[in-house]
Amino acid sequence: MPCWKEKPPEVERTVKANDREYNEKFQYADNRIHTSKYNIITFLPINLFEQFQRVANAYFLFLLILQLIPEISSLTWFTTIVPLVLVITMTAVKDATDDYFRHKSDNQVNNRQSEVLIDGKLQNEKWMNVKVGDIIKLENNQFVAADLLLLSSSEPHGLCYIETAELDGETNLKVRHALSVTSELGADISRLARFDGTVVCEAPNNKLDKFTGVLSWKDSKHSLNNQKIILRGCVLRNTGWCFGMVIFAGPDTKLMQNSGKTKFKRTSIDRLMNTLVLWIFGFLVCLGIILAIGNSIWENQVGGHFRTFLFWNEEEKNSVFSGFLTFWSYIIILNTVVPISLYVSMEVIRLGHSYFINWDRKMYYTGKAAPAEARTTTLNEELGQIEYVFSDKTGTLTQNIMTFKKCSVNGRIYGEICDDPVHKKVITKEKEAVRFSGQAPAEGSFEFCDHSLMESVKLGDAKVHEFFRLLALCHTVMSEEDHSGKLIYQVQSPDEGALVTAARNCGFIFKSRTPETITIEEMGTLVTYQLLAFLDFNNIRKRMSVIVRNPAGQIKLYSKGADTILFERLHPSSEALLSVTSDHLSEFAGEGLRTLAIAYRDLDEKYFREWHQMLQTASAATHERDDRVSGLYEEIERDLTLLGATAIEDKLQEGVIETIASLSVANIKIWVLTGDKQETAINIGYACTLLTEDMNDVFVIAGNTVGEVREELRKAKGSLFGQNSSVLSGHAACEKQQQLELVSVGEDTVTVTGDYALVINGHSLAHALESDVKNDLLELACLCKAVICCRVTPLQKAQVVELVRKRRNAVTLAIGDGANDVSMIKTAHIGVGISGQEGLQAVLASDYSFAQFRYLQRLLLVHGRWSYFRMCKFLCYFFYKNFAFTLVHFWFGFFCGFSAQTVYDQWFVTLFNIVYTSLPVLAMGIFDQDVSDQNSMDCPQLYEPGQLNLLFNKRKFFICVAHGIYTSLALFFIPYGAFYSTAGEDGQHVADYQSFAVTMATSLVIVVSVQIALDTSYWTVINHVFIWGSIATYFSILFTMHSNGIFEMFPSQFPFVGNVWHSLTQKCVWLVILLTTVASIMPVVAFRFLKMDLHPALTDQIRRWQKAQKKARPVRRRRPQPRRSSSRRSGYAFAHQEGYGELITSGKNMRAKNPPPTSGLEKPLFNSTSWLENLCKKTTDTLSSFSQEKTVKL
Amino acid sequence: FFIVGLIFIPIGIGIFVTSNNIREIEIDYTGTEPSSPCNKCLSPDVTPCVCTINFTLEKAFEGNVFMYYGLSNFYQNHRRYVKSRDDSQLNGDSSALLNPSKECEPYRRNEDLPVAPCGAIANSMFNDTLELFLIANESDPTPTPIRLIKKGIAWWTDKHVKFRNPPGEGTLEERFKGTTKPINWLKPVYMLDSEEDNNGFINEDFIVWMRTAALPTFRKLYRLIERKNDLHPTLPAGQYYLNITYNYPVHSFDGRKRMILTTVSWMGGKNPFLGIAYITVGSIAFLVGVVLLVINHKYRSTSNTADTVAF
Repeated sequence: MPCWKEKPPEVERTVKANDREYNEKFQYADNRIHTSKYNIITFLPINLFEQFQRVANAYFLFLLILQLIPEISSLTWFTTIVPLVLVITMTAVKDATDDYFRHKSDNQVNNRQSEVLIDGKLQNEKWMNVKVGDIIKLENNQFVAADLLLLSSSEPHGLCYIETAELDGETNLKVRHALSVTSELGADISRLARFDGTVVCEAPNNKLDKFTGVLSWKDSKHSLNNQKIILRGCVLRNTGWCFGMVIFAGPDTKLMQNSGKTKFKRTSIDRLMNTLVLWIFGFLVCLGIILAIGNSIWENQVGGHFRTFLFWNEEEKNSVFSGFLTFWSYIIILNTVVPISLYVSMEVIRLGHSYFINWDRKMYYTGKAAPAEARTTTLNEELGQIEYVFSDKTGTLTQNIMTFKKCSVNGRIYGEICDDPVHKKVITKEKEAVRFSGQAPAEGSFEFCDHSLMESVKLGDAKVHEFFRLLALCHTVMSEEDHSGKLIYQVQSPDEGALVTAARNCGFIFKSRTPETITIEEMGTLVTYQLLAFLDFNNIRKRMSVIVRNPAGQIKLYSKGADTILFERLHPSSEALLSVTSDHLSEFAGEGLRTLAIAYRDLDEKYFREWHQMLQTASAATHERDDRVSGLYEEIERDLTLLGATAIEDKLQEGVIETIASLSVANIKIWVLTGDKQETAINIGYACTLLTEDMNDVFVIAGNTVGEVREELRKAKGSLFGQNSSVLSGHAACEKQQQLELVSVGEDTVTVTGDYALVINGHSLAHALESDVKNDLLELACLCKAVICCRVTPLQKAQVVELVRKRRNAVTLAIGDGANDVSMIKTAHIGVGISGQEGLQAVLASDYSFAQFRYLQRLLLVHGRWSYFRMCKFLCYFFYKNFAFTLVHFWFGFFCGFSAQTVYDQWFVTLFNIVYTSLPVLAMGIFDQDVSDQNSMDCPQLYEPGQLNLLFNKRKFFICVAHGIYTSLALFFIPYGAFYSTAGEDGQHVADYQSFAVTMATSLVIVVSVQIALDTSYWTVINHVFIWGSIATYFSILFTMHSNGIFEMFPSQFPFVGNVWHSLTQKCVWLVILLTTVASIMPVVAFRFLKMDLHPALTDQIRRWQKAQKKARPVRRRRPQPRRSSSRRSGYAFAHQEGYGELITSGKNMRAKNPPPTSGLEKPLFNSTSWLENLCKKTTDTLSSFSQEKTVKL
Repeated sequence: FFIVGLIFIPIGIGIFVTSNNIREIEIDYTGTEPSSPCNKCLSPDVTPCVCTINFTLEKAFEGNVFMYYGLSNFYQNHRRYVKSRDDSQLNGDSSALLNPSKECEPYRRNEDLPVAPCGAIANSMFNDTLELFLIANESDPTPTPIRLIKKGIAWWTDKHVKFRNPPGEGTLEERFKGTTKPINWLKPVYMLDSEEDNNGFINEDFIVWMRTAALPTFRKLYRLIERKNDLHPTLPAGQYYLNITYNYPVHSFDGRKRMILTTVSWMGGKNPFLGIAYITVGSIAFLVGVVLLVINHKYRSTSNTADTVAF
């Protein structure tokens, strides 16, 4: 970033509020941001400098300079400068437009308005004028301009809510709270203006989840942590206003610090190309040296005596020096083996492919009117070589929408079969009728469709009522009414949202809550429950309960939680129900649903009082408070009566299962990296068939220390081999046995039979990524069919990708939608962003973006494969063409005294690559396809050549080169033989240099055109036009160049006048051309036939099949849907954060301006401090789990 | 492949037969062998040196006969050689005439006068004179000279478009005023021939020479021998002798000089290579075709089953 001056790195930052002079001493960066690279003056030099840093451009510049030296120049200067200027201008224009847009967006951001407290008044200022130390006021739904220290807000106790979608991709709200001392400042402008606290804090860094600093104000010091900081890029939500003091501005903000430099990504073909270009260059130098030595010898042996007719240049007296000059001359002549047009053409082809991706209607998501977008044009062919896909879960595999799918109430399952779309339609219609009349709060998105449940509700089934009452009561959801009076739930976890919404739709509407009451509308009547106790959720308990007193005075405990936990605490009377429900749960889990068990308990007054007493004393206790409290919780949460179970679907995106299935057929390994919990992740793994029941084993690595993790990994690996053999010994399949033997022989490159999966959580991953365990992890992970990493931080995501990328040398693709995937997207070879709900960060960082995960299949299997295929073909052909073209000079060198005389006309050399042969090969590179898109999708095995890099590798390259050399030999020696001593049909000589040149050039153009016609497997009109057009262009240009008119205008530039008539009217010239063509093409055709017959590749078969199919269209069989076998899995998965219960019971997050209808009283002040204490306690106590959770979130 | 084979073999045979029917005789008169009558001319002292070589035509040459001179080991395709000319000057451009292109260096100026025609190619122009005599019969000792036509040996475009004398009134000598002859030349450019339309830059011998050869061994057309009538062959069988005015030194670079007499056919001069190449390629194509057919037949069944397996 240009803002980095030669400032010594900051160690510590001192900021004084409302004191610009003081802060200016430190020269902190202001709030202006630059992402643009150039301005008008610097554009040309910087851009040119950058362009010439590319090896190719520098190389051509070098050639150009060589050509300007007359002693060396074997080609006129225009042969190089024309293409070079073309290329450089094109790139420069592209860079300029890119930068222009960057300027525009910078300006837009810099000119955003914010209210700044200056001289005791609030003034509107542009963002770029905001300085460190300023106090700014933010309003609801505004973007935060800089990293702020929260001073006060409209909410009580200085709370404020922010949405961090742009930072970390999470759409749920986060709470920040001001220091109590500053929150008292409130909205009092004058007091705020007098605020002169000094903050001493860490230097700017990119850690989003950490902040340490100290605020000194009024002679006291207050420590600051991340909870007091609002970062740039966040949006203020549900908070009327807030004041904050700018601590980091502009480029120092954590957002900008995190944006980092985008690494320039290159494809593996690019890298291969670079090495090949180096090789070719080496080859070129070799040829040059051979010819130079030849020249020296020739000058010595022959040329020296030839002096009579061939003068000696002054400086060429020495034959060695002459050889030296010849070397450079030949470098110039032979440079066309790596023509500049190669790079241009590659860019054009990639651009074309990108447009194909953008225009692909099958990747257009109508739901959001979002087409697929190739944001980078340079990576297309890499899409055809992916070996590992790293996927985020939320929003990528899943829609991040939880729906209440099924439930089991009192041993009966509701919510059957909804998959059939036709059926669904009927249901939706019926649903209208089924709904309770006047149930306006029902949400449209609700898709529950078993109206038998509605019937039961209507009939007043007590158990069903109790069931929904529980769902409406036992949660941490906050309600709120929007402008139109519609009820909106603020949801902590989408699961809960789904449950509460379900209850709402069934007539149990959660209306509002206060710290002590919960109001719900039961079947149209408002009922207020008194909230007596809130037994919060945590990771160990895996359940949450509420104790309420209903209007009738009964005290009830409602509990929901993981089935395994809850079933242990049931009253023996529920035994029968338990087994039924348990079966139901298994069924739900088998369908990939997330399950919760639900139970209640009637409490008698006296018992509760005693218990409550004990709880209060326990809460007040100074030590072992937690243990005692949870002990009490344990005590009351027993003898529960089972009500039933719920099943929530974490809705997978459309086509995820099919996509994953076909990608795994294509031998692409899919790793899921998610911030979710292990259970959730595994659940989703099953839901999208990444994990299947017929897998031999799923290893779960959850160790907490390096040693443990290593132990677990080793054990897993051991068991992998052990089990393998045991399975096999049981099996009679002897071929597998053989395979195993192979395995045991080559320990390192094992291919394991059987399917395994690895699940590792973030905690263990942190250890596993340490140097020595890394290899164990990688080895194991690569042996497994599926890998799921859960609870990983964004950084870990990137590390995992990096690990595979580096160690496996495999092409990786990362796909994600949230800002937490950005690092991973940037690290992987290819980053794909899902333009989904979670903000745009991922899309902006990505190389490709589309709206749905399922498009990945098409992107890889169709576009990626085609791109790769085309690019490889293009490269092969291009190298072939240029070797054939250029090496003729080499052979000619032996016959012209190694004098670096070109074989062809200079104009032909200039135009050959740009005009005569560029378009057909471009057309092939852009439009060619070996197999239709439908077949590519249906037959994912076709993808494998790309992964193995079969279509263009060093071997292929050598074949191309050999082919080119062969063609050049034929091209040179057939005319040579034919013209050696012959005369034209009118007795005039045909063996003169110019005729020879024309003959050879014509043969060359025809040969390469025929060759491309052979290579093209998919003919479009454009291909025809280009190929025929090129030949036509060649002849027309040839005739023009050799015409009288142009000669008379520029006699010295076009010495070939009249040549074409003489040469091309000679029959023997045509005979030579025909012979050359056939001789060059025949071996290729023969070779291809042989290959088709002896080693038909899958593509060949499919192509044949495709041809056959064109004639008779058989009904296409559909791949049978993979069916999951059902098995029992605990699907308890709250994306829950502990502590919200407390917030609710303490009432701290209740709206002041939204007073609860029943008791609008604010809690007394002491309660607020106790709550703060609680919070502190909580943060310290549950440090491990909580902070971990936080890191996941941020 | 069969088609290629079937087409190529006949073409090849056709070309081969035609090529074999062409009469051609080649006489080396370099004179490096001591026995050669031209041996004496190797020393530069003898000027002018005239030597005579006898030869016999076994068979009569029918139709038009072309007389070539051939040079070997002469690198007319050397880069420095090839570019050492000024096409503008040769095209009659007056400014270029007096100020030739730099490419012509060092044959650009001589004693401060511009060289016309400039450059290494022009400077090294072939300047032997060849005459052909028929010794009609043993009894008649006076040989009959064969009429050699020196016009019509250059390309039409070269003669009429590419090469032009400098414009202006007066004799050629006046038009070339202010220029000097190339160092190696005996006569200035305006004295190459007596006829006005074959003199100066448009002298056909000069034009032919200026059309550089592609290979170090080459032939250039020297004279035409036109067929007199249908009854007599152009060159009947018999004894001939070649009279050479030996000016052109090739000995220093191991060059060879030859005189070639040849007839032509529809596909040009004698050239067995093309015919043989066609026959070879055709036969190979045919063979490969057969092999491929066999293989294809053998493997078709397997690949068909593979198809069914794949789907």
